[in-house]
Amino acid sequence: MEWFDALVQGILLGGMYAQYALGMALMFGVMRIVNISHGDLVILLSLIGISIATAWGLGPLPVLIVLVPLAVLMGWVLQKAVLNRVVGSDPLPSLIATFGLSIALQNLMLQIWSANSRSLPGHGIESQSIEIGGIYIGLLPLIVLAVATGLTWGLDLTLKRTRFGRALRAASADVEAAAMTGINPRAVYAMATAAAVGILGFAAVFQALRSTVAPADGPAQLIYAFEAVIIGGMGTVWGAFAGSMVLGISQAIGFRIDPGFGVLAGHIVFLIVLATRPQGLFGKALS
Amino acid sequence: MTAVLSTHGLLARYGDFQALYGVDIELHQGEAVALIGANGAGKSTLLRSIMGLLPVGREMVLLHGEPVGGTATDRMVQKGVAIVPEGRRLFTGMSVEDNLRVAIDQAARMGAKGGWTLPRLHQLFPILKEKARTQVQSLSGGQQQMVAIGRALLCQPRVLLCDEISLGLAPKVIREIYAALPEIRATGTAMIVVEQDVGLARTASDRLYCMLEGRVTLTGRSAEITREQIGKAYFGAGHGVV
Repeated sequence: MEWFDALVQGILLGGMYAQYALGMALMFGVMRIVNISHGDLVILLSLIGISIATAWGLGPLPVLIVLVPLAVLMGWVLQKAVLNRVVGSDPLPSLIATFGLSIALQNLMLQIWSANSRSLPGHGIESQSIEIGGIYIGLLPLIVLAVATGLTWGLDLTLKRTRFGRALRAASADVEAAAMTGINPRAVYAMATAAAVGILGFAAVFQALRSTVAPADGPAQLIYAFEAVIIGGMGTVWGAFAGSMVLGISQAIGFRIDPGFGVLAGHIVFLIVLATRPQGLFGKALS
Repeated sequence: MTAVLSTHGLLARYGDFQALYGVDIELHQGEAVALIGANGAGKSTLLRSIMGLLPVGREMVLLHGEPVGGTATDRMVQKGVAIVPEGRRLFTGMSVEDNLRVAIDQAARMGAKGGWTLPRLHQLFPILKEKARTQVQSLSGGQQQMVAIGRALLCQPRVLLCDEISLGLAPKVIREIYAALPEIRATGTAMIVVEQDVGLARTASDRLYCMLEGRVTLTGRSAEITREQIGKAYFGAGHGVV
C-alpha cells in the first residue's frame, strides 16, 4: 500500500512537471531551441500572479484568467524581440541568448520582488484532500494533473487538427520547405513560443499555490522540465507528459526510500534514459 | 510582351563561391521552359535565387515587371510562385493529406485564387487519394514526387518551378509524372523545369536554356535546337547561341 501510495503521489507530482515540460517540448520540437529561461519565466509569471492577487484581492481562478493571456503575450514578444534574431540551424546562439535572458530575469525579479519567498493564497484549496481506498489525494495536485492532461490533449489536438498545428509540424520537419508552401516561419515561431509561455501561465499559478516561489527558483524548474522532456523524447507532446510521469514517480519512490533521495532518484532515472535511449522513451518527430 | 518572370544579370553566391554570373532568362504566360546543364551548372541555384532562398539584388528578378529579387520565400509563394524542390522536401512524420493540407491552409490564409483543389489533384494523381493517410516517408520515390508536385500546385501558382522532378525515378514513373505537366500548363501556369535528361527536357518545353558553370550558354526553341548545339553548350566546347 505504501508503494502504491508513492505511485499515486508520483503521478500527481508528474502533473506539475508536465505543465513545465509541455512548453519546452513545443519550443524544442518546432525551433530546436532549449530555452534556458524557461524556469525563470514560470517564476516571473508566479510573482506577477501573486502581485495581481494581492493588489486586486483576486482568487486563483481570476488570477489564472488574467495571467494566461499575459503569458501568451509575453511569449510572443520574447520570440519577436529576442529569439527570432538567434533561431537557426545552430542551437548555440539561442542557448546563449536564453541563458543571458535567464540571468537578466532573475535580477529583474530580485529588483522588483526582493529575494523573499511568496505564495499565492488558495483560500483553502491547497490543504483539501479526498480519500480513495485508504489513500489521501490532495485536491490541488488532482486539479494540477487534470489541467496537465487537458493541456496535453488540447495541444496534441491542436497540432494534429488545426491550420496552426499543421504549420507548426511542417516548420518542425523542414523550415525551408515550409516557407515554400507560404508559411512565414518567424510568425509560426512567435505563435509557438506564445503557446509555450501561455502554458507556463498555468504552471505558474499552480506552482505558486502548491509551494512558495522566490526569484532564484527558476533553474530548479528548468531542470525538471528538461529532464521530463529528455525522458519522454524531445519534440513529442505525449512523450513529454509520459516523461513527466516517469520523473514524478521516480522522485516519489525515491522519497519513500529516503527523504533525501527523492530528487536524486529522478536525476538517476534521467541519466539512465539519456545513456541507454538518448532519443527518449517516445522520441520521434513532433506529433 | 512583358515576361511573367525574368532574371537580369542574376548573380548568386554561396559564401565565397560564386555560383551564377549574370544570368538572363525569361518566362512567358503559359510557357514551359527547360533548364538543362551538367551537375553544378547552376540550375538549382537559379531556381533557389528566384524563390528567395539565396540573397540576390532586388532588380535581378522581375515578376510581372515588379522587382522581387531577395523577397522572402513565403512572400514569393503569396505572389504566385511555387517550387517543387530538388529532393522533394516533404514534411516527414506527416501523412500525405496533411502535407497537402499545409499548402491548402496557406493558400486560404493568403486568399490565393486558383483552380487546384484536393479532388482535382486526386484526378491528376489518383494514388494520392488511396494513400491519403499514409506517412509520406513510407511512399515510393514516384509517389513522393507526386505529393511534392501536388503540394506546389495547391499553392495556386501562376509560375511553377520544378527542380529535377525525374531524379532517381524509374522510367515508367518519370513518364507518368511528365504526362501530368501538359494538364498543369493547360491551367495557364507557366513553368520552369530543371532537367538533366535532355530528351525529356526538349519534349516537355517550348524553349530551353542550357547552363554551364553559372552562365547561360545556349537558348532557343526546344524543337529547333540540334543535339550538336546542345552538346557544345552542355560540355563547353564553344558556346553556341541559336
